[in-house]
Amino acid sequence: MALLEARRIRKQFGGLAALSDLDLNIEKGMIASLIGPNGAGKTTFFNMVSGIYKPTSGQILLEGKEIGGLRPNRVTALGLGRTFQNIRLFSNMTALENVLVGMNCRLKSSWYGALLRTRSVMQEEAKARERAQELLAYVGLGDDKGETFAKNLPYGLQRRLEIARALATHPKLMLLDEPTAGMNPQETVGAMALIKRVRDELDITILLIEHDMKVVMGISDCITVLDYGAKIAEGTPGQVRANPKVIEAYLGKGVAAQIRRTKQKVAAETGSQEDGTI
Amino acid sequence: MAQIWHSLTAPWRAIPDRQRQILTLAFLILLLLTFPLVDKAFDRGGVVNDVTDVLVLVILALGLNIVVGYAGLLDLGYAAFFAIGAYTTGILTWPPHHLELNFWIVIWAAVIVAAFFGIIIGTPTLRLRGDYLAIVTLAFGEIVPVVIRNLGSVTIGVGSWQLLSDFNLTNGVQGLNPVGRPGLWGFKFSFDPTPWYYLILIIAALVILANVRLQNSRLGRAWMALREDETAADCMGVDPIRTKLLAFAIGASFSGFAGAFYAAKLQAIFPELFKFNLSVMILCMVILGGMGNIKGVVIGGMLIQLFDRVVLTQTTILARSVGEALHISALATIDLSLWRWFFFGLTMVVIMVLRPEGLFPSAVRRAELHAAEEEAPRAAEKG
Repeated sequence: MALLEARRIRKQFGGLAALSDLDLNIEKGMIASLIGPNGAGKTTFFNMVSGIYKPTSGQILLEGKEIGGLRPNRVTALGLGRTFQNIRLFSNMTALENVLVGMNCRLKSSWYGALLRTRSVMQEEAKARERAQELLAYVGLGDDKGETFAKNLPYGLQRRLEIARALATHPKLMLLDEPTAGMNPQETVGAMALIKRVRDELDITILLIEHDMKVVMGISDCITVLDYGAKIAEGTPGQVRANPKVIEAYLGKGVAAQIRRTKQKVAAETGSQEDGTI
Repeated sequence: MAQIWHSLTAPWRAIPDRQRQILTLAFLILLLLTFPLVDKAFDRGGVVNDVTDVLVLVILALGLNIVVGYAGLLDLGYAAFFAIGAYTTGILTWPPHHLELNFWIVIWAAVIVAAFFGIIIGTPTLRLRGDYLAIVTLAFGEIVPVVIRNLGSVTIGVGSWQLLSDFNLTNGVQGLNPVGRPGLWGFKFSFDPTPWYYLILIIAALVILANVRLQNSRLGRAWMALREDETAADCMGVDPIRTKLLAFAIGASFSGFAGAFYAAKLQAIFPELFKFNLSVMILCMVILGGMGNIKGVVIGGMLIQLFDRVVLTQTTILARSVGEALHISALATIDLSLWRWFFFGLTMVVIMVLRPEGLFPSAVRRAELHAAEEEAPRAAEKG
């Protein structure tokens, strides 16, 4: 059974179908990518899985449990963490507090517990803080950076803090919406390494949306390509790269045809059996 | 000047932080405890009475701070909860109702009823944000005094069957008078303001403690996360519905304390006491001091009351004597206390424009602002 299973899900905004009858399976332990031109429906898919949008029709299953239409906090409690395309940290809270908010649904203390400060509440709080510090250090926000307001962190660290906050929710599946957007090449390499570590060491399955093809091809086990709300290709990086439909979606019909012609010409001249890879 | 001050305070700053905090706190507590004695010696206890009233408003400001400051829900009708607390006390102790329950029970009833109404008003507003929420709470603040005014004659019945006929619950415009007073081991609270002062001091201390503890708790962080970004908070596992309702309920319960105390001390409550003006004044206190910051809210509340009760009356006296001396009739008959709302409005505009974080932003935030200032030139050099 796949960790995440989307069955014929559809999202209609008025007359526009942002996603139409998409089937998608994410196996446990994978780093999977969702790519496609702007407006292909990638973020819409994320928003439906995380509960911000309700699917118009279809089913979304996490570990076999239906999560389509559940409120975001319920989905989070069931084991789904996410980050946002345009960073959405709690800017006037410290980095540590941001991570602690992520732990919210894993903590038990109630409002009267907070007022009375019973021993169990204090113990839980101390443990949570310790764990939050560990998570911050894990993503590279160690030392005293935990006390910095989220809004005062440099851009690259804000992206990392978002990952730490999502990790704090104790997810089984993590959705990363353009985790390297706006990063310089050096930061991008660091972010890729972090994503790999999260999968390998913490055993968290990852689904990411990304435009940087170096990242996508570099870390994905499996890539799904969307265009106009429908799946046009799926497979390993090699398979997707070779798929003429993908080239067409990204570069247009004319360019795709031109590439095909050039390749055929090269193949004819050299006489070798070319597999069509760019 | 700065240097003299620096050298004078050097021994004080030499004390370790922790001990200095304890010393300050101990001094403050001693000051607050001995204040009525000092006041009696000089002024026959007149100021103690005023300070007691000020503390009632400070408690209200602290309750509103939970809703507006922590959870970021702009509530323009907070006085309604104060009214509900006061009227719960009044109804349960007004002699014609033949209940006359003990004040120490009634005060908790007031808290529970206020919290209940906090949830009632909270429920329909859960989907609203920002200005829409403000409008609904504004309406609630207007509805409550009107309802109270009209509950002087309650008739409940279907056809000829009547459960209640012309039942006088709130005594309409005249209000409830007298309201039951607290007693303790045979001692009755009456016109001497000193026992009232100590009682409100205890309530205020408890409310401040609750504010502090909630701020640094799982719930406090959830409130702040909702204030910062509701969608992101929801995706991080914070249940917005439950969390918002708790903010309304806990915020309202504080005003239940204040309402019960106020009704018992004043002995007479009527709907006119709980108008929109009061909601605005409490909101001013929270904003002036610094939203979400306990120390700021307390000091902000005191400053506004000091201005209202001392500065305005004293300047009026001064202006009048100047007017009489110079034979300017307009100045000689001026009453600045009629201008209070003008000054409140002006203060709000000035604060919002010049210092939107309030007069006393929290230490963390101040440190952060300084850090940002230091970073700025460095970043400029790099860029």
